[in-house]
Amino acid sequence: MPKEKLEFFRGTLDVLILKALVWGPQHGYAITTFIREHSGSVLLVEEGTLYPALWRLENKKLLAAEWGLSENNRKAKFYRLTAAGKKQLREELATWEAYAAAVSKVLSATHPVLGEGQA
Amino acid sequence: MNPDPNKPPLWRRYARFFGADPAADAREELAFHLESKTEELIAQGWSPEAARKEARRQFGEIRAIERIGAVMGEKMERKRRLKDYATDLAHDVRYTLRTLRRDAGFTMVAIAILALAIGANIAVFSVVNTLLLRPLPFPNAQQLVWIAPPPMKCGLSCATYSSDAYDEFRSMSRSYQDVTGYFAFSDQDNYHLTGHGDPVPLTAIGVISNFFQVLGVKPQMGRLFTDADAHASHVGASSAILISNAWWKHQFAADPNIVGKTVDLDGTQATVIGVLPAGFDFGAVFSPGTKVDAFTPVNLDEGRDWGNLFTFLGRLKPGVTVEQARAEAAIIAPKLYFNAKYPDTLGNYKGQVIPEPLKQYVSGKLRRSLIVLWSAVGMILLIACVNLSNLLLARAGARSKEWAMRGALGASRARIIRQLLTESLMLSISGAILGLILAAALLFWLSHQGSVALPLLADLRIDSAALIWTLLIAITAALVFGIVPGMRMARINFQEALKDSGAGTGQSRKHERIRSILVVTEVALACMLLVGAGLLLRSFLKVVDLDLGFQPSRAAAVIVDYDDSVPNDKTGVLSAQKRGVIFQQILSRIMAIPGIQAAGTSDYLPLGRNRAWGLPIPQGKNPQDYKDLVGPLVYVVSPGYIRAMGMKLRGRDFTWNDGPNSPGVVLISKAMARFFWPNEDAVGKILVGRGNLTSPTMRVIGVVDDVHADSVEGATGWQIYYPMTQTSPLAAYLVLRTTLPPATMAASVMHVLRTLNPKQTAAEFMPIQTLVDHANSPRRFFMLLVVSFATLGLLLAALGIYGVISYAVTRQTQEIGIRMALGASAGRVQRQVLTNTLRLALAGIVLGTAASLIASRLIAAMLFEVSPWDTNTFAAMAAILITVAIVAGYLPARRASRIDPMVALRSN
Repeated sequence: MPKEKLEFFRGTLDVLILKALVWGPQHGYAITTFIREHSGSVLLVEEGTLYPALWRLENKKLLAAEWGLSENNRKAKFYRLTAAGKKQLREELATWEAYAAAVSKVLSATHPVLGEGQA
Repeated sequence: MNPDPNKPPLWRRYARFFGADPAADAREELAFHLESKTEELIAQGWSPEAARKEARRQFGEIRAIERIGAVMGEKMERKRRLKDYATDLAHDVRYTLRTLRRDAGFTMVAIAILALAIGANIAVFSVVNTLLLRPLPFPNAQQLVWIAPPPMKCGLSCATYSSDAYDEFRSMSRSYQDVTGYFAFSDQDNYHLTGHGDPVPLTAIGVISNFFQVLGVKPQMGRLFTDADAHASHVGASSAILISNAWWKHQFAADPNIVGKTVDLDGTQATVIGVLPAGFDFGAVFSPGTKVDAFTPVNLDEGRDWGNLFTFLGRLKPGVTVEQARAEAAIIAPKLYFNAKYPDTLGNYKGQVIPEPLKQYVSGKLRRSLIVLWSAVGMILLIACVNLSNLLLARAGARSKEWAMRGALGASRARIIRQLLTESLMLSISGAILGLILAAALLFWLSHQGSVALPLLADLRIDSAALIWTLLIAITAALVFGIVPGMRMARINFQEALKDSGAGTGQSRKHERIRSILVVTEVALACMLLVGAGLLLRSFLKVVDLDLGFQPSRAAAVIVDYDDSVPNDKTGVLSAQKRGVIFQQILSRIMAIPGIQAAGTSDYLPLGRNRAWGLPIPQGKNPQDYKDLVGPLVYVVSPGYIRAMGMKLRGRDFTWNDGPNSPGVVLISKAMARFFWPNEDAVGKILVGRGNLTSPTMRVIGVVDDVHADSVEGATGWQIYYPMTQTSPLAAYLVLRTTLPPATMAASVMHVLRTLNPKQTAAEFMPIQTLVDHANSPRRFFMLLVVSFATLGLLLAALGIYGVISYAVTRQTQEIGIRMALGASAGRVQRQVLTNTLRLALAGIVLGTAASLIASRLIAAMLFEVSPWDTNTFAAMAAILITVAIVAGYLPARRASRIDPMVALRSN
């Protein structure tokens, strides 16, 4: 069980879902597991957020869904990335990395802004 | 985790058998999540019970999420369906365009057939819409009523009312907002506009001053009549006129400053007080086939002693029904005076004041004709649909492999039917567009047929109702002609179709049977149309052949202007003498023109307007015995008129010696003579009544043929002829009988008239035949339309027969080849094919005849002296159909007889 929960930034969940599907179709439960495990149980996706997000992405044609059988032989809905989804993931990744790099650059600053007053 | 995509599990195939169910999908998806979670917790050491609880707890508001899922799923499903549909449709359309282009011949024939059929339907619908469905072109037109007596034999004089009757009826009635009327006896070209070169004839109608207010017509410029205008006006000399929009444009070049200008009408200065709107066409509503250029206000007081002058029109108060108005009129009528000066004229109008909706008066008589016309085009459309069905079936036969292939590749039957319906729809929509163009052209032509005596023709146009109708019939037609081939195609056995062309198999035999049924239907429908058209045509010929009592051919009339006024002529004797001199001179000069056989004048012409005065009775008889009879139509004529009209006369004609001071003489019609003196010779007998200018008695000097004076087809009333030198005529139509075509005489006749009277207007030279044609124009109009529709139907039926027989021959090429190889002669083969054709045609004719026997009762009222079961017509139509069938079957028959057995056997 997690020690503390981190709130998702808006839009972050979408990119995580897209990432979770990179290796092939998955059902919703597997996606939560994927995010939890890869975040070291820091990021916990609530079902109430996950499924609407999945359906929204499906509606936007970033994901395609199909019914299939789970590993334990149960009927489950599998989502896979569409071409548009893959493209979206690439763009989000690039944005995210640029963003993260920028944020981390700022956070690792060692001196204040060279303002006019100090010039 | 990843399911095998090539092998959907069994449940998947039936999971959404009854269509998508997004709510269930969401529920199941979330249930799977819960179960997985629970299992994981159990694996972590939770007890099953606790694990289930915990999983639920973590999930939170599961129902709410389910609902979101259901809503979103629904949305996606809808989008998907729409998109599927759009893609399929686009695909179908593209595919159809491709196939139709490939089969250009078929496409063109199909579209042409549909365009003709749909075009005819649109045109007739527009006519029906204008004449029957749309209200008359007046505001609140449903309030307008026409007030007239029941039809009688004495023409217009018995369809009109006097000034006194108008005033009394107007003040006694409570049902109307107002009552108005117009002078019913104005003739064409009754005025002359002078001051601009040759006098220009024009037609002006006198109206009661509130006429336009009652109709709700607002002037485009200027003002309408007032009571003051009416009081200031006199017969033939009106100080104020309103002009029609058309005449304003035509005669005054749409002069924007016309209002207030004076024009010279027959020597009177009349002020143009206003221009009527373009939407008001008096002729179109009240006097079909004529044009009215101007209106003058009627002075009611002036005409009080002149008898019946006006037709009545009223606008009912809101909420008052025609029945209420009728009941009220029945009570008021006996209280009306014909002439208030004479108390014994009280009650003359008893039972003779009957309001009916104006619309009913204008187009009610046409109702049946229009419905027949409508049915005729409906049948045309049916025939066209049957034909198209047939063509499509033939094509379907040729395309069965294509469909089988598509079926084998996974197209569902529904999809194939849809494809076929798309084709049908595209064909019928194309046909409808072309049909609209055809109909617009036809309607344009019709609306410019000013001489056809049908009301509201100029109003014909394609309006939104007609467009909706077009769309409706296009879609209906597509469904009707697309459904049979569609069903057949969908039922095709794909395997069998794929194996071979299918020639000689049960499938195409079945096909052929359906096609034969269709052709029989088609022939039956064509037969019904032909019988209807034949009956109408025969009626028309009977009407044309009718002995009208005069000879219209090689006779013409022109209106003669003359001035017979003599100052201080109290009795009219002096002006009668002057008139005699003028016309004796005119007629002698006219008779001198080579080519003129006979000439004479009359103030009214048959089949035009007419009038009656009271009934004269034989001398010595009791007037009470003749109380309920109506008077004869009156014609004031010159010597020579009877001969010029080609009427047969027993006795003598008038001469110039029958002057105002000599004993009164008259000519009467046969029917009148027979009635008064059943077993005696009427010639020489004395009548008492309105005699000549000086005495009430008149001697019958001759008996002439009964003339169809009021209508060609209606029963003939009585006529009486007065000499123009003993009674005042209202005008003088010079009637000429010529040896040459009348038109060639026009110039020389006009020259004579001009020489004698420089004021003579450039009047129209009107063949008497035109009068008859005008009277017959509605019948001719309907007959021509029905006959052309029947011809179209016949053509389509012929096409259908040809198609089926031709197809059968193609299909049986091999069989025929074998038979010929075994010794059948070419003639025999040909006979066989023709026999098949005739069998189809006969079946159709028998069916059609049976249906016609029932249906022709519906057109019985439109027939004239022809029985709806006229054997000759039925036989003739059957003969025509058989002939056409033989011609249609002959081409394929000849082809069959020329089949080379060797080639036929070798080819497949």
